[in-house]
Amino acid sequence: MQIQPILAALKHHKLATVLIALEIALACAVLCNAVFLIAGRLSAMHINSGVDEASLGEIVVTGFDPKQANDLNARMLAGLRVIPGVESVNVVTSVPFGPQNGVNGITLDRKHYNTVVEFYVGGPGTPKALGLKLVAGSLPTADDYQAMPEHDYFPASSRVLITRALANRLWPGENPLGREFWGGPYQFRVIGVIAHLAVSQYTEYGERGAGWTVFVPAQPGGVLLAGTYLIRANPQDLDRVMTAARAKVAKIAPDVVLDHDYSHTLPTLRAKFFATDRAMAGLLVGVILALLGVTAFGIVGLASFWVSQRTKQIGIRRALGATRADILRYFQTENFLIVTFGIVLGVVLAVAINLALMRWFEVARLPYWYLPVGAVVLWLLGQLAVLAPALRAAAVQPVVATRSV
Amino acid sequence: MFGYYLDLALRSFKRNRTLTALMVLALGLGIGASITTLTVLKLLSGDPLPQKSARIFAPQIDPLPSASSTRADQVWRNWGNLMTWTDAMNLLHAHRAERQAVMALSPMKITPQALDQHPFFSDGVITTSDFFGMFDAAFQYGSGWSAQDDENRAQVVVIAGFLNDKLFGGKNSVGRTLRVNDKDFRIVGVLKPWAPQPRFYAVSLGGRGYGNGDAVFVPLETGVAAQWNTQNVNCFDTGVDINHLTTAPCSWVSLWVELRSASDAGAYKTFLSNYVAQQISLGRMHHPEVNLPNLMGYLAQQRVVPNDAKLQANLAFGFLLICVVNTVGLLLAKCLRRSREIGVRRALGATRKAIFAQFMVESGMVGIAGGVLGLVFTELGLWAIRHQPAEYAKLAHLDPSMFIATFVVALVASLIAGLLPAWRACVVAPAPQLKSV
Repeated sequence: MQIQPILAALKHHKLATVLIALEIALACAVLCNAVFLIAGRLSAMHINSGVDEASLGEIVVTGFDPKQANDLNARMLAGLRVIPGVESVNVVTSVPFGPQNGVNGITLDRKHYNTVVEFYVGGPGTPKALGLKLVAGSLPTADDYQAMPEHDYFPASSRVLITRALANRLWPGENPLGREFWGGPYQFRVIGVIAHLAVSQYTEYGERGAGWTVFVPAQPGGVLLAGTYLIRANPQDLDRVMTAARAKVAKIAPDVVLDHDYSHTLPTLRAKFFATDRAMAGLLVGVILALLGVTAFGIVGLASFWVSQRTKQIGIRRALGATRADILRYFQTENFLIVTFGIVLGVVLAVAINLALMRWFEVARLPYWYLPVGAVVLWLLGQLAVLAPALRAAAVQPVVATRSV
Repeated sequence: MFGYYLDLALRSFKRNRTLTALMVLALGLGIGASITTLTVLKLLSGDPLPQKSARIFAPQIDPLPSASSTRADQVWRNWGNLMTWTDAMNLLHAHRAERQAVMALSPMKITPQALDQHPFFSDGVITTSDFFGMFDAAFQYGSGWSAQDDENRAQVVVIAGFLNDKLFGGKNSVGRTLRVNDKDFRIVGVLKPWAPQPRFYAVSLGGRGYGNGDAVFVPLETGVAAQWNTQNVNCFDTGVDINHLTTAPCSWVSLWVELRSASDAGAYKTFLSNYVAQQISLGRMHHPEVNLPNLMGYLAQQRVVPNDAKLQANLAFGFLLICVVNTVGLLLAKCLRRSREIGVRRALGATRKAIFAQFMVESGMVGIAGGVLGLVFTELGLWAIRHQPAEYAKLAHLDPSMFIATFVVALVASLIAGLLPAWRACVVAPAPQLKSV
């Protein structure tokens, strides 16, 4: 296939060529960035929480007198444990995808605060119920679960578990076991390192995305370690168990208020937590489809016009011995060339838009492999769109050349 | 002539139905997407108190300890107009503004008197007496409480209309008793529907930025004396005792002031600077910077409008641009196909201007049709937005100004798209076209 004559023909239709190329360029730029944004949302939605989500549920109650906290804990633990199918019930301050509780700055030297972490406080058996994976050191022993002070955030000094990510942040390359850190007046000593435990209200960026969390063992009680209960059950039984648990709260403690937003299974909490991301991803997919559709129809429209305008020339070429395949290939090559111009421009535009998004919207840098993939998609789209008009062109009879000359 | 051009345009549409339908569809999609996102953006960046927002100010000071390296504007960006109890009370009692109110959000447990109804939590505000007058919260029944009630820690409560409907069937409930956080309160006022959007006063207090108004309002000192939980407490120094927040180094209440006119801001800012200078000399504070944004300036500083909404609007306009380029291409194809017709019209005496006008009328009609279709897509889009899980979702409705904007955008977009093809049409030389007839 000779490209020279095609280029010569395009020179006579500069305006239309430029328009199609421009449309392809814009489509390429928006497509790359929109797909990248979708990918970002989807990867955020699949974060690892570090706990056995499928087996876990949470019950949150509020509106009780702090003086009644111990009594409430005792009644709730006893009442929830007897529900058939329940493997364990623990008092905790929060769970991943639950309400945020206990975010605090910490310091190694009691002067310079350099890391913001999230504290999870839980009663005996919580690490096992959550399914935390110990990678170094040991889990808290019975003695490590100290009484929770009546009106304070933590016991004065605790022996805690931290995530591997936090250990690497605080003591890079060193053994974290036995080391200590402070959060205000509270002292924490590391006795074990766990593989991972996500923060409760995950965000992609900065400190909250890093997975710097601490598990503090304590005996339930006080203002803070009451009212939130972690239920563990067999994954098949979980939905039934949680429905029963929500219903039972009204019987166990008629005067407290069940938090309907957060009293769910962890899979439900995760789905609710990422609902806006899912909606945004859906919207982006819709825009991409509409965009590809509009671009394709634009190409179909212009290519059809070209074919009808050149019917006579096509007839002459056919009369001079060009086969149908030649005509078909001519229009396909022409489309390929125009789309290529568009893609060259579009790649530049895509990078420019990405830079603008990085500047204004905390979006990450577009990986370079998106550009060739976007190019291939648009090449395919162009070929698909031009196929029908090109076939129509190929069907032009040579006899057309002899008419009305 | 205009009528004749309309007739010509209609004939041309009939000749090329598919091409016309494609243009209208593409333009409609682009318009629909743009107007949908614009409506949301307009809603989110609206003025919550249009009559007086220029006179409402959010005083900001920097309470951090001397060792802190955080810049004052960073502190305000993160904490808004949150203050310590001491500073808020000092500024409130100085009475240097026309009106001033201190507030915090506190979820409140409401226990209905009917035995068959379960207790539930409602969004509550603890605040001072000027709150209602300053923020234009009008009363259906009764009124707010007095400054005296603030000082006496009176057990009084103002409730929102929707809570009155729920508990008292919408009847006048002034004087009746409401059980809040297990204590009895006397209802003194019932509000008319009041829910400014964005919920500017809730932004720094840890509340949601958009959505329903608050349900229960209780005097600040009453709630603080009862040690009710407040939603956002930011502590910036060691030695915090969570049971005595009024003396703790924590910011957890916010102050708003209403000035007589916007030009009084300078005087109030001077007062604020003097106050901070005095506190620095007492050793209580360490940073002299003060700031006094008005309501809209405050909302901009707090970046209330979610990034997702802005991103969607940008995306939609990118999409509209593609649709316009697409329309340019298709209009061009249509008009070049009619070179012969143009040649005949020119030969019969039509001027270039007339040809230009004819083709602009044609693209304008595509625009109007695109606008009508765009309106349908906008309603569809807003319906979809209303079913999104965002807190502002339920507010997404088309208002009259956006209805008009739909057609303006459609017409402008189509006329811009029509410029190039119309110009190409009017420079067609008649002679060669006529020869080949």
